[in-house]
Amino acid sequence: MTKPLVLRGGRVVDPSQGRDEIADLIVENGAITGSGRNQGAPDGAEIVDCAGLVVAPGFIDVHCHLREPGREDVETIASGARAAAAGGFTAVCAMPNTDPVTDNQAAVGFIVRQAQRARAARVYPIGAISIGQKGETLAEFGEMVGAGAVAVSDDGKPVASAQLMRSALEYARTFGIPVADHCEEPTLAKGGAMNEGLVSARLGLKGIPSEAEEIMAIRDILLARRTGGHVHLCHMSTRGSVELIRWGKERGIGVTAEVCPHHLSLTESEVEGYDTNAKMNPPLRTADDVAALQEAVKDGTIDVIATDHAPHHYDEKEREFADAPNGIVGLETALAVNVHWLVASGIIDLATLIERMSCAPARIFRLPGGTLRTGSPADVTVFDPTETWNVDPAQFRSKGRNTPYAGRTLTGRVHATIVGGEIIHRLAR
Amino acid sequence: MTGPLGKDLLALEPLTAEQINLVLDTAEPFKEISERAIKKVPTLRGATIVNLFFEASTRTRISFEFAEKRLSADTVNVAASGSSVQKGETLVDTARNLEAMRIDMVVIRHGASGAAQFLADRIESNVINAGDGTHEHPTQGLLDLLTLRDHFGNLAGVKVCICGDVLHSRVARSNIWGLKKLGAEVAVCGPRSLMPNAIDELGVTVLHRIEDAIQWADALNILRLQLERMTAGYIPSLREYNRVFGVTRERLDRAPKDVLILHPGPMNRGVEIDSDVADGPHSVILDQVTNGVAIRMAVLYLLAGGNPKLAEAAKGALA
Repeated sequence: MTKPLVLRGGRVVDPSQGRDEIADLIVENGAITGSGRNQGAPDGAEIVDCAGLVVAPGFIDVHCHLREPGREDVETIASGARAAAAGGFTAVCAMPNTDPVTDNQAAVGFIVRQAQRARAARVYPIGAISIGQKGETLAEFGEMVGAGAVAVSDDGKPVASAQLMRSALEYARTFGIPVADHCEEPTLAKGGAMNEGLVSARLGLKGIPSEAEEIMAIRDILLARRTGGHVHLCHMSTRGSVELIRWGKERGIGVTAEVCPHHLSLTESEVEGYDTNAKMNPPLRTADDVAALQEAVKDGTIDVIATDHAPHHYDEKEREFADAPNGIVGLETALAVNVHWLVASGIIDLATLIERMSCAPARIFRLPGGTLRTGSPADVTVFDPTETWNVDPAQFRSKGRNTPYAGRTLTGRVHATIVGGEIIHRLAR
Repeated sequence: MTGPLGKDLLALEPLTAEQINLVLDTAEPFKEISERAIKKVPTLRGATIVNLFFEASTRTRISFEFAEKRLSADTVNVAASGSSVQKGETLVDTARNLEAMRIDMVVIRHGASGAAQFLADRIESNVINAGDGTHEHPTQGLLDLLTLRDHFGNLAGVKVCICGDVLHSRVARSNIWGLKKLGAEVAVCGPRSLMPNAIDELGVTVLHRIEDAIQWADALNILRLQLERMTAGYIPSLREYNRVFGVTRERLDRAPKDVLILHPGPMNRGVEIDSDVADGPHSVILDQVTNGVAIRMAVLYLLAGGNPKLAEAAKGALA
């Protein structure tokens, strides 16, 4: 049994209870057992001084790629779970585009076991929608959920067949899980390397138009309406998508959505000079899209901020732009990017950020956590919302170093990450 | 030490009008060298240059090679087929190996946009972009500018229309930047499916009908139509392309004035350009080829001025 903890004198911000006050938080036997001013310490408790820091329900990333099994050279469940902890995430959801694909109960069980061994952030597997992510035959959702899967997704690839997506949305209803949707119309996006627009025209790179995302977003919103299913739209990147989600929500359709920190902070101009660390799918878009996405995070049209953490070997990124793989690491920069571009700039307050990074992910994916209510599991993130730090990828716990934020000074730093009452990450001084 | 063009020539977009005019002016005396019986000056004696061609090219490679040899450089041609991925060696490894052989300059042609810059960022040698993907082909742009300047004297206000597959054309991009910087009026004409979606934002006029382009222009730069554009679904057929967009004698005869005809080659006669236009009195297509050697000599010379090892050799060596 781990030692009791007293998180002393921090600013407790818990949107699940509408709380924002200076208080102590008491943790015993892996759960939150008390909270208030000047709480007494249980016998043998470790006192953690949180003065000047924010104490929040642990962040939950509903979208990351941990690469195991298959590409253990670029990330493992253990290294990914440690990177998550360093980034303030107490839980992450691992996408199934592994090798082999996580499309059956044995594969799901493997991830659960590897996560238990890692003893870092919790890792919840997401199972594939289709066997081998081939878009042909439904995978066994029921058995995968029985083994620990919390959602299904063919992320990395779109579900090209509208009929298969319809079936997935219908079939997932039995298990009460969301279908996490990679929105990409494959014929429009084919061969694309960046956003289609002036920059792609100048650089001579094949563009991916906004409509490649929006056509699939509206297709699947309409299928959610038809089926009564729950579609969760992954990594939204365009103003048009925001408008379509808003349209769906206004009609009570079962749609939720996520956006990545990079789509809230950077534009297609990062690609100038053919920087492969600015290559991801969906691509970085325009300043107008960024503004629309920020607004959608503020007004709740977009429910969740998720990282789409995608580690790659540096050799794979060190090549011609069109040949480089998509994706960047995000677990260890997410908080700072969000604080820097959204909170410090006055677009949203801290409570809204914590809602989007913790409460909403727990609610939408029906996961434990997302609250500091007494009796809840003690999954807690302690961070300084004003501390600035320089991003040095060499310091990452992730095996991936591919980030466009390298060398930038960002605001907002994780000081401690607590999972089940155990401090799994502390900022080294 | 950096020469007037910097370390590399990767694109025309970042160059100033002064830099472009400097290259064109420098090319003038080099034209004469190619007219001599003994076509050689010692300007780059002792310099080693690698022509690294990842895509098939006849005209551009030979043009560079003549330019190098007429400046007395030692040259090696490397024809590497396919992308680095298919080849098995990465471009960065290729770059490091070249660097290790202490070469002075690399001329690179590659199918990936940005490949020349990728190389330039990683080696100290001067890098000349001989065409990267669908990005730029700066020496082609420069030789087109020189050919136009030979004819019009000054490019300010000259109306040039670039015709054809602008979407996939590195020649088009280099022409657009170069022409605009020298004050020409630039239009593009071709099927909208072969134009970048953001073409209007590049500051050019878009003409939809070739008849309009011919009425408007002082010169047409007619791009090669790659045959695979048809199978990829951009246009229905080469036959229809010729009927709708082909530059024909008949169409030119209806123009209010003589229109100068340029083509970067290789031509698809009977597709984007008819033979009697290509071979006609207003065609300067072979002048472009002649000017190509002079332009490349000028670029090599100017970049050598930015290379401390070569500057000494280049100094005053223009006989």
